[in-house]
Amino acid sequence: MEYLSLFVKSIFVDNMIFAYFLGMCSYLAVSKNVKTAAGLGVAVIAVLLITLPINYLLNTYVLQPGALKWLSPGMADVDLSFLSFIVFIAVIAAIVQIVEMVVEKFSPELYSSLGIFLPLIAVNCAILGGSLFMQQKDFLNIGEAVVYSLGSGIGWFLAIVSLAAIREKMAYSNVPPALKGLGITFITVGLMGLAFMTFMGISL
Amino acid sequence: MNAKLKETILNPIFKGNPITVLVLGICSSLAVTVTLKGALVMALSVIVVCGISSLILSLLRNTIPGRVRIIVQLVVVAMMVILVDQILKSFEATYAIDKQLSVYIGLIITNCIVMGRIEAFALGNKPWPSFLDGVANGAGYGLILLIVAFFRELLGSGTLFGIDILNRFGYEPNNLVILPPFALILLGCIVWVQRSIQKDLQEK
Repeated sequence: MEYLSLFVKSIFVDNMIFAYFLGMCSYLAVSKNVKTAAGLGVAVIAVLLITLPINYLLNTYVLQPGALKWLSPGMADVDLSFLSFIVFIAVIAAIVQIVEMVVEKFSPELYSSLGIFLPLIAVNCAILGGSLFMQQKDFLNIGEAVVYSLGSGIGWFLAIVSLAAIREKMAYSNVPPALKGLGITFITVGLMGLAFMTFMGISL
Repeated sequence: MNAKLKETILNPIFKGNPITVLVLGICSSLAVTVTLKGALVMALSVIVVCGISSLILSLLRNTIPGRVRIIVQLVVVAMMVILVDQILKSFEATYAIDKQLSVYIGLIITNCIVMGRIEAFALGNKPWPSFLDGVANGAGYGLILLIVAFFRELLGSGTLFGIDILNRFGYEPNNLVILPPFALILLGCIVWVQRSIQKDLQEK
């Protein structure tokens, strides 16, 4: 039950896009049509699902204040948490590189359809943001970290696919010239965010 | 100062603004615009990180092999961000800086403005212009943050920098403005105003 509520909460209530604006750059740039948007969304889910649990383990056993206690009791007061940004981003960049090579080797079709998005993901704030929020939330065990990463990935996926669908329809609308493109997209995302706010009333 | 340097400084602030024209770095920025103080801290941090990492990478530009440049860039930027974060942490208590800001400071690493300016400018130019370009882009970003934060704090809390402005005239704070989606709607309006003035930026 705990897991289920965390899962639903990370998809809807703590949605990466609508509640924290994470991954906004690629969200706005790659949401012109549903197919590419879905491709990027799947890639984000996969990378989040791999990097966040790894960063959770690193945080628990290496970076947290007192985390090195398992090495020797004398290291109980070592605090490496100031290194967390650089460790997290290194893990993410490395994993993205490995995922890219694995996909290229085993599934060239998937690689050619996802190819351009994979390197983009290393600098997607939603991935690093997921790890940083994980550090703040103090999860009890790795199961919660996995569920949280899956939930926030799916939330991001839903957000980008729905925005792409709206933008496809909006191509036929008569928008004021100065608002066309970027301006109306910002306002649309804002209105979608307001709609997502309704989930905030749910207590899980 | 010659005309080209002047152009380097002035262009990012209005005509080539990183947020409203290049659509870079929206990710980590909007959640910090609820109060002017948060926006100011964030703006200054981005100016420092962007300026100094452009300077460092411009000095190193002839020694970095092309294939590993992304990793070198990430390491330099991450180092600057850690420095800024540690400095802010030591002043946290004195100036009552919001603790949540720490997550968003960390996200400066993946802020596309920093990486984008390094890739596009610092790797091909001398240190001094690169430094100015970094600072100017940080300032252009900060300007938009401050405009958004000005309206959000004034209408959402009736205050500016925590000093009561509207409440004494019987103003009822509008909670909608505090919610994250409103920042996007405001940003859409800023884009609208800017593109009405500069007609050449309008999209077809």
